[in-house]
Amino acid sequence: MNTEILSESLTYAQWLPVIFIGLMGLAILIYAILDGYDLGVGILLPMSSADELKRDTMIASIGPFWDANETWLVLAIGILLIAFPVAHSMVLMNLYIPAAIMLVGLIMRGVAFDFRAKAAVDLKLTWDRTFKAGSLLTTLAQGYMLGQYVMGFDTHWNALLFSGLSAFGVTAAYSYVGGAWLVMKTEGELQKRAVRWTQQAGRATFLGVVAVSVVNPMVNPGVFDRWFTYPLVMFVLLIPTVCFAVFLFNDRLLKRLPKENDRHCRVPFFLTVAVFVLCFTGLAFSFFPEIVPGRLDIWEAASATESLTFILVGAVIVVPLILAYTALAYRVFHGKATALKYH
Amino acid sequence: MLDTLVLSRIQFAANISFHILFPAITMALAWILFFFKLRHQQTGDPVWMRAYRFWVKVFALTFALGVVSGITMSFQFGTNWPGFMETVGNIAGPLLGYEVLTAFFLEATFLGIMLFGIDRVPNWLHTVSALVVAIGTSISAFWILALNSWMQTPAGFEIRDGVVHATSWLEVIFNPSFPYRYTHMMLASGLTAAFFVAGLSAYRILRGDEKLAPRLSLKTGLVMAAVLAPIQAYVGDLHGLNTLEHQPQKIAAMEGIWETERGAPLLLFAIPDEKERTNHLEVAIPHLASLILTHDADGEIRGLDEFKDNHPPVAPLFFGFRIMVGMGILMLLTAWGGCYLLLRRGELPRWTLRVLVGMTFSGWVATLAGWYVTEIGRQPWLVTGVLRTADAVTPLAPANVGFSLTLYLAVYVILMYAYIHTLKVMALKAVKVEEFETESPSAEGSTTSLPGSAEEGSA
Ligand code: HDD
Ligand code: HEM
Ligand code: HEM
Repeated sequence: MNTEILSESLTYAQWLPVIFIGLMGLAILIYAILDGYDLGVGILLPMSSADELKRDTMIASIGPFWDANETWLVLAIGILLIAFPVAHSMVLMNLYIPAAIMLVGLIMRGVAFDFRAKAAVDLKLTWDRTFKAGSLLTTLAQGYMLGQYVMGFDTHWNALLFSGLSAFGVTAAYSYVGGAWLVMKTEGELQKRAVRWTQQAGRATFLGVVAVSVVNPMVNPGVFDRWFTYPLVMFVLLIPTVCFAVFLFNDRLLKRLPKENDRHCRVPFFLTVAVFVLCFTGLAFSFFPEIVPGRLDIWEAASATESLTFILVGAVIVVPLILAYTALAYRVFHGKATALKYH
Repeated sequence: MLDTLVLSRIQFAANISFHILFPAITMALAWILFFFKLRHQQTGDPVWMRAYRFWVKVFALTFALGVVSGITMSFQFGTNWPGFMETVGNIAGPLLGYEVLTAFFLEATFLGIMLFGIDRVPNWLHTVSALVVAIGTSISAFWILALNSWMQTPAGFEIRDGVVHATSWLEVIFNPSFPYRYTHMMLASGLTAAFFVAGLSAYRILRGDEKLAPRLSLKTGLVMAAVLAPIQAYVGDLHGLNTLEHQPQKIAAMEGIWETERGAPLLLFAIPDEKERTNHLEVAIPHLASLILTHDADGEIRGLDEFKDNHPPVAPLFFGFRIMVGMGILMLLTAWGGCYLLLRRGELPRWTLRVLVGMTFSGWVATLAGWYVTEIGRQPWLVTGVLRTADAVTPLAPANVGFSLTLYLAVYVILMYAYIHTLKVMALKAVKVEEFETESPSAEGSTTSLPGSAEEGSA
């Protein structure tokens, strides 16, 4: 590994992979938050027949967004493919089966969303079930893949156990942000239930994060060294501390929601986003500049300079535009989601 | 047990074939929707809006299927063709990247506004959203076809240490077959959507729909098909001439020409025999192939004997090409006949409507046939002259690929059934609802809701 490169001054060709890993990290983080909330909403879908109206509202709250949210996954995979083709093959070949399962989950979810509104009435419940199952399958597969990635694609039973734990943790985290989204976007009875869901999912997420943080440095010596070396330790321990504080604060706040005039209904969502950002920073810090833990760093995996330059020029122009019209979409659909009305 | 190479090829073909069905409709349907919306805005005639409201629901469903199957596609290169990315990743990566950056986000975000924002944004912004979605799908096709054309006729690159590096991005993108392929594919999409719209509208009318909207859609589809079909045949001819220049072995296989000859006949039918290297049961028009391909009745066409062991399998190309062209001719006849009857009588007779219902998915057949000709015609190369398909395949065990392939196929069968069934349900629902002649379409309420809620009453 040529970690020492970092301490020297980088040439343009060496900077490019750093820029692209940054872009990829950003895409993954945005994906996890945005598709996180709509997957979370899918997981939380209550299935009893009395809850049909609630399901309509919940799904309506993510209607205009889910497609664009999923596009961040395509972008993240795209950057991995463009900038680090060797790592792309290595990662995806090792995760072949869970990736296929995740894709089937995404397919089920994406189509159920549209079919439920258009199919014959008696099939609606079936599509709602498909929606929920697809969401769950996707998040479990993603969490499992994250676990496998952290464990360097080890397939011993203890690594598999860890991946299972991670599958649970990621699912809980997505439910957490999904619940918080609903607290923000809904009102009345549904909002009250969303508050409870968020609180429970938050606690489960907390357990998951703690477990992963304890196990990760234990099994990856590199990670241990990095986190627990003086003087860096003083700085980096801030991350878990702040993360813990945010969890706690959010939990307290949720106890008091909903308040009069729906005050503070948006706060839990932004707090969960903070949790996501912090956890992600922690993970990134554990592995950078490696792209496949223990095997490959970003300079070894990077593609040709002229290709990276070509795409960077485009990215610099287009990404701000994407952010701008994404902001427009969120402005257009701000406020509470209303229930479906059929004629 | 099949090996990983064969399984991976089947899987790639299955996934992309399933995927392309939906873009083939949405790319042009997006423009049709924009047209409906624009006409409504210009004329104020509510019938345009009702046509829009029915088709936008069909569009949303089709688009969703395109998106989910597309996401599968973007994983395929890494999972099954690692050699592809390692050798030509420097070209393929940026082209795919530009597709995501310039097209996918644009489509996805403005689709949200187009489908759900009608009561939340000013009318002009809604129309602009429809336009942006249409532009987005066309840009998306631009990049992916640039990549595919580059794989057929690579240009603007050099090979260093076994890895391809770009020397000129302009030459990479505007490689020799790209202009033809892009035009031919966009027209293919236009024809696919035109017959799709005409077919589903004819179905509604046959089921007793008395309203104006399906008649208007039917007419739009028919006129569009009548205009595009001859253009497609002309562009297809140019495309073939270009292919003759760059991939002569492909044309030789398409035409079933085993030995180089002057004044080659056009085979209407034959059964190519790869072992004997000859055709059986030929039905031919003398000199016509030479005339079409060289514009000289005695022109020379190179035969497969010049490309021994280095040409694609003959039978699939030979038949695939005939299916595509046959469909093209059928489309031309139907569209012109339909337009003629419409002009003469103002309303189509029932048997014509039935023919149109039968042709609803004719575009799919022709499009798939065309793609199979193009893609199988590139074999044994993955990137012509640069990389062989067999050298790019994943080292994974066949069982893994077998598992994923089975999974995908099962899902696709279910989805295809659900899609067509749901189209029928939507059409029948639209037949039953009353016509709200005077009411403005958005007057009935719900805001952030699914397509198919507020609109339901006015299809
Ligand atoms: C000629 C057109 C065409 C072709 C050959 C392909 N696609 Fe496609 N694709 C589209 C035209 C299109 C589209 C019109 O832009 C779609 C269809 C519906 C949609 O949502 O956008 C789309 C969607 C779509 C999406 C989802 C985009 C989103 O989230 O909005 C992905 C990831 C891909 N495609 C990827 C691929 C890959 C990797 C292909 C080839 C190997 C491919 N497509 C072939
Ligand atoms: C959209 C319509 C398309 C269809 C229907 C289609 C169809 C096929 C088929 C049938 C094969 C298998 C050929 C064989 O193995 O004999 C194939 C292979 C392949 N195609 Fe396409 N294709 C399409 C578009 C594309 C595009 C846009 C790309 C890339 C940008 C592409 C890249 C490939 C690759 C990488 C393979 C695998 C290697 C191979 O088997 O040749 N295809 N395609
Ligand atoms: C009517 C006369 C037609 C002619 C002469 C014609 C000609 C051709 C040729 C020569 C190719 C192969 C090009 C290559 O591989 O390099 C091709 C491909 C193709 N054709 Fe056609 N075609 C016709 C009609 C149609 C119709 C009606 C459709 C669909 C509605 C269609 C859709 C396609 C598609 C999707 C491809 C593959 C993509 C491409 O290479 O452009 N074609 N056509």
